[in-house]
Amino acid sequence: MLNAAIMAAEEGSNPLIPNLWELLVTVVGFLVLMYIVRKFVMPAFEKTFEERTAAIEGGIAKAEAAQAEANAALEEYKQQLVDARTEANRIREEARAEGAQILADLKEKAAAESTRITEQAHVQIEAERQAAVVSLRAEVGTLATDLAGRIVGESLADDARSSRVVDRFLADLESSSSAGAAK
Amino acid sequence: MIALALPAATTEEGFVAPTIDDTHYRDIFPWGGEYGVLLEGGFGKQMLLTILSVVLIAAFFLVASRRRQMVPGKVQFLGETAYGFVRNSIGKDIIGGKDFLKYVPWLFTAFFFVLVNNIFGAIPLLQLPTFSHPGSAYGIAAIFFLLWVGIGVKKHGIRYFKLAVVPSGVPWYILLIVVPIEIISNFIVRPVTHSLRLFATMLAGHLIVTLAGSAIEYMVMTGNILLQGTSVLVLVGSVAMYMLEALIMVLQAYVFTLLAAIYIEGALHADAH
Repeated sequence: MLNAAIMAAEEGSNPLIPNLWELLVTVVGFLVLMYIVRKFVMPAFEKTFEERTAAIEGGIAKAEAAQAEANAALEEYKQQLVDARTEANRIREEARAEGAQILADLKEKAAAESTRITEQAHVQIEAERQAAVVSLRAEVGTLATDLAGRIVGESLADDARSSRVVDRFLADLESSSSAGAAK
Repeated sequence: MIALALPAATTEEGFVAPTIDDTHYRDIFPWGGEYGVLLEGGFGKQMLLTILSVVLIAAFFLVASRRRQMVPGKVQFLGETAYGFVRNSIGKDIIGGKDFLKYVPWLFTAFFFVLVNNIFGAIPLLQLPTFSHPGSAYGIAAIFFLLWVGIGVKKHGIRYFKLAVVPSGVPWYILLIVVPIEIISNFIVRPVTHSLRLFATMLAGHLIVTLAGSAIEYMVMTGNILLQGTSVLVLVGSVAMYMLEALIMVLQAYVFTLLAAIYIEGALHADAH
């Protein structure tokens, strides 16, 4: 080493021979820096990384839960929609059936009413015919007697007699007509 | 040894090329030593820069890691990215396993310590990669040498040395050749190359910049118009070299840390190799 130092002094320094002060400063500097890194820097970074990982994983889990919830809600809504549609169809069918029923009822009722009205009309007509027959009989009797008195020229004012004649005539008329109807 | 010292330029010509000694500034507090001498020496720029790097790195990462926010700000993001890079793409990928985190502080400190000290060489006025002085390179490589040997011994006991040099499944007559090679390769060549790789690349880059600078100064000062014109070419070339050197500075920090991780992994899993 002494030899090398002498040569270095003569020929210019030997670049491979270290200065021990520089070596010492480097080693101490490195170890000090190493201590600071191990004690403060690295734990802080590692803790940050861990917290961040936890936060991200928590966020992902939360997002997955929210997604699942949303899917469940969607399924439920779809189910409800199907139910509602079925219900609507059922109600529509019912309404249609009910409508048909109502229509049928109304038709029946209308038919019954018309029958009733027709019968009533028949009865009324019969009654009116009877009334007409009764009033005609009285009037025809009077007219016929008057006519016959004028034709015969004899007074048929005797009411009793004339009335008897008319009654007999009408009775004949009726019997002949009923005999005709019977025949 | 002598061949490694750059030859002093011939004195008959006007240009005197700078020697390695010129990369060593006068000590700030000299106590009578010279560069290249084992124990003597003063407190120089190199040591000041080393201390400055420790302060800068510690300050930045303490600030970056202090406010632990879920959504990081710019400084915190930068710090986390830097830390995550060493932690994951060097520590986790190379060492792996459950307990790689134990070794991340070593790798992290090594990477940024070497990186910042190298980058000093690319910053005007500072302009001195501290690892261009061999003491620093030996020191940091020695730390890692002791670290991975220590890890191996702690994990496998004294058997580690056997595991490290005797490959399994090799016949005895081959072992006669292989074992010495493995001893030399693992316990001598490895730490030496680990330090020299860093030291030599930094020194070479630094020398090139110094050489270009002094050459430009010389050419301009000659008063010869042709030489002055040529100095522009040197300037352009030196800028290109500066860029290359900046790349190498980053690359060497990465390589140093990567190798440290590989050595640690080798010591941890010596039985599997």
